[in-house]
Amino acid sequence: MIEDILSERCTGCNACVVACPDHVLDPGVADGPPVIARVEQCQTCFLCELHCAHDAIYVAVEGPGAGTTLHHPEALIGRLRHDYGWDGSTSDPLRDFWQLGPLLREGLEISAARHARRQTRALKEAGTGQEGDDAAGYPPAKAVTDDPTA
Amino acid sequence: MKAIDADVLVVGGGMAAGWAAISAAKTGASVVVVDKGFMGTSGVTAPAGPNHWWVPPDTAQREAAIRRRLETAFGLADPEWMERIIDITWRSIPELDPYYPFSGDGKGGLFRSGLRGPEYVRALRRYATDLGVRVLDHHPVLELLGRRDGSVGGAGGYDRLGGVSWRARAGAVILATGGCGFRSGLIGSYSNTGDGYLMGVEAGADLSGMEFCVSYSISPAWLSTRTLPYTGARYYDASGAEIDVPAGANRTREHLLVLADAFRAGPVHADLHEAPKALRGVVRQIQPATVAAFERRGLDMFRDRFEVKLFGEGTIRGTGGLRIVDTGCATSVPGLFAAGDAATREHIAGATSGGGAQNAAWALSSGVLSGQAAAALARRQGKGAPDAALEPLGRAGLRPAGGSRAVDRKALQKAAGDEILDLDKALRRRADGLEASARTLEDGWTEISQHLRGDGRDAVAARETAAMVATARWCNAAALARTESRGMHVREDFPRTDPRLACRQIVGGLDRIRIRPDGARQEKTGGKTIG
Repeated sequence: MIEDILSERCTGCNACVVACPDHVLDPGVADGPPVIARVEQCQTCFLCELHCAHDAIYVAVEGPGAGTTLHHPEALIGRLRHDYGWDGSTSDPLRDFWQLGPLLREGLEISAARHARRQTRALKEAGTGQEGDDAAGYPPAKAVTDDPTA
Repeated sequence: MKAIDADVLVVGGGMAAGWAAISAAKTGASVVVVDKGFMGTSGVTAPAGPNHWWVPPDTAQREAAIRRRLETAFGLADPEWMERIIDITWRSIPELDPYYPFSGDGKGGLFRSGLRGPEYVRALRRYATDLGVRVLDHHPVLELLGRRDGSVGGAGGYDRLGGVSWRARAGAVILATGGCGFRSGLIGSYSNTGDGYLMGVEAGADLSGMEFCVSYSISPAWLSTRTLPYTGARYYDASGAEIDVPAGANRTREHLLVLADAFRAGPVHADLHEAPKALRGVVRQIQPATVAAFERRGLDMFRDRFEVKLFGEGTIRGTGGLRIVDTGCATSVPGLFAAGDAATREHIAGATSGGGAQNAAWALSSGVLSGQAAAALARRQGKGAPDAALEPLGRAGLRPAGGSRAVDRKALQKAAGDEILDLDKALRRRADGLEASARTLEDGWTEISQHLRGDGRDAVAARETAAMVATARWCNAAALARTESRGMHVREDFPRTDPRLACRQIVGGLDRIRIRPDGARQEKTGGKTIG
C-alpha cells in the first residue's frame, strides 16, 4: 500500500492523485504533497510510483507470507520507474519483451514434464504400470510386495 | 451538475475502451471517454502485459488456429467471430507504432503481439486524444439514461476529483467497464466490480455465459502479480511435502483441484529454482511490478520459498458478460453496446477461458467493432432526445425501493466474493450448494435493492456493492440452471456434457432472475464488420 509521499521530493503537482486508478489520494493544500486519504482502496499496483516524475512516492508491500516489509528503503526509491525505463535511462525499454511468450511456454513445459515424470514413477512404485515395468528394466518396487492386496 | 454531450460515450478506460474510442473517433464522431479511474492505469491491462492472439494473414495458419480453439470451446464459440478478431487484431496493433515503443522480436523483426500494460494503455490514450477524443478521468458512471422509446441515450455519474455530478447525453453508449473480480485482490481489478452488467441489465439488456466464471491465478499470498514467473514453479503443502501438480495445456481444472486440496490443509509454498533460466535476466524488464512484490519484502524470488494464494478472476478471465446480438457488439437495447470483459466472450472462447491472448484480441476487436457501430448509429439517428427527456435508470444503491438505511457493505461484498470464488464452491458445484448460495445472495440483494443508498462520491461505492452482489447472483443462478458440465463449469451432480444443452444461456432480470437458452442465431443487423 502507498506508504509515504516524500515531502522533500514532492513538488505538489498532484500527478499521482490523477494517476491512481482507485482514488486513494486527495490533493494537498497550497502546493503541498497529496494526502493519502483512502489507503484501504490501494491495491499495491505501483502505478502511482510509475507516474511520479520525481520519485516522491513509495509503495510498501505488506500482507501475509514470507519476508519483511521494507519501509521506504533508500535503494528502492525510484527503482520501479527505472525498471520500467520511464526515467529516461534506456532508449529501448522493451528490448527483451518478446521473451514473454517463449518463457511462459517454457515454464509450462517444465511443469508438465515434471508432472509426467512423477506420474510415471508413481505408477511404477504402485506396481500398476500397464506398460511393462519389466521391459523397462526396473526392479519391482518394494511397495508392491508390501501391498496386502497384491 | 456538469453537462456532457457526445455522439459516442465510452464508459471505461482500459483496452476495450481505448480501442472503442479510437475507432469511433476515426469515423469523425465526437467521442467522450468517462472512466472511474485514470485512463492509463485503470483496469486489469495496465498492470499487466497482454499478449494478443496473433496469426498472420495466411489462410492455412488462421484456419488451424481457429480449429485448435474450437476444440476447447465446447460448442459455444463461433469460427466467424474468431476469424474476425484475429484479423482486426493483426491490422490494428501496428496503428500504435507512433505511440508505443515496439522493440525487436529476437528474429530481426518487430514484436507486436504482446504489449506491456502501462505503455499500452498510455499509447491508446495518446492515440485517442490525437484523434480528438475527450478523456474524463475519475468520472465514474453511476447509471445509464434511457429515452422514452426504451433506447439508451446517455449516462450520469460523479466527478470525484471535482466533487460534482455530471450528466451526459449521447447518440450511443459503449460499456467497456471490464468484468467482475469480486475484489479478490487480483491485481488491477479493484475497480472491476461488474458495474456495466448492472447498468446494462437495468436498461433491459441480457447477460450470457455467467456460469463460466471459474478462473484463478496464482501469486504470492501477499500480492497478486502477473503469473509468468510461476509457470515452472514447484509447490509444497503445509507439511513441506512437494505436491504433484498437473500442468500443461487443457489441464487447468486438474491443476486447480490439486492445489485446492492442498490449500484446504494449510499454507502452500512455491519455489522457483526450476523456473526457465532466461527468466532471471529479463523478468525485471517484462514485469517490473512482479519483482517489486518480492524485493520490497527483502525476498529473492528465485532463491526464497514463498507462500502462494489463488486469486479469483470471476468474469475477468471467465467468459460471461453482456449478451451481444450482432457483429457491432450491440446489446439487445438500442443505443447500448458492450466491449471487452463487459461483454460475453463466448463467441471466441466458448466455455473455456480465452486466456490472455484470446481475451486481449477480443478486448481490442470488440472495442473496434463497437466503436464503429456506435458511431454509425449516432450518425444515423442523432442524439434522439432532449436532455430533459432522459430518464435515469439506476436503482439499487441509488434509489432503493424501500426506506434507505445503513447497510453493511463490506459484509455484502465479501458474501458475493465468497459464494462465487470459494474454491470448493466453484470447482465442485452441486445443486444443494448452489441453492444455499442463492439464498445468501438473494438476502443480500433484497437488503441492497430495498435499502442501500449512496449520495455524491459515496454513491460510487454503493453502486459497486450493488453490482458485485448482482453479478454474483447472476453467476450463481446461471450455474444452477446449467444442469450439465461444460468447459470450466463443472457440476458434480451432472458430471457429463449434455449435447442437448450445447447452446449459450441467457440470464437477465433484477429482482426476478430470468434464464433461457439462447436459441436465436447471430443476427447480422446493425453492426458492420470492417472490411
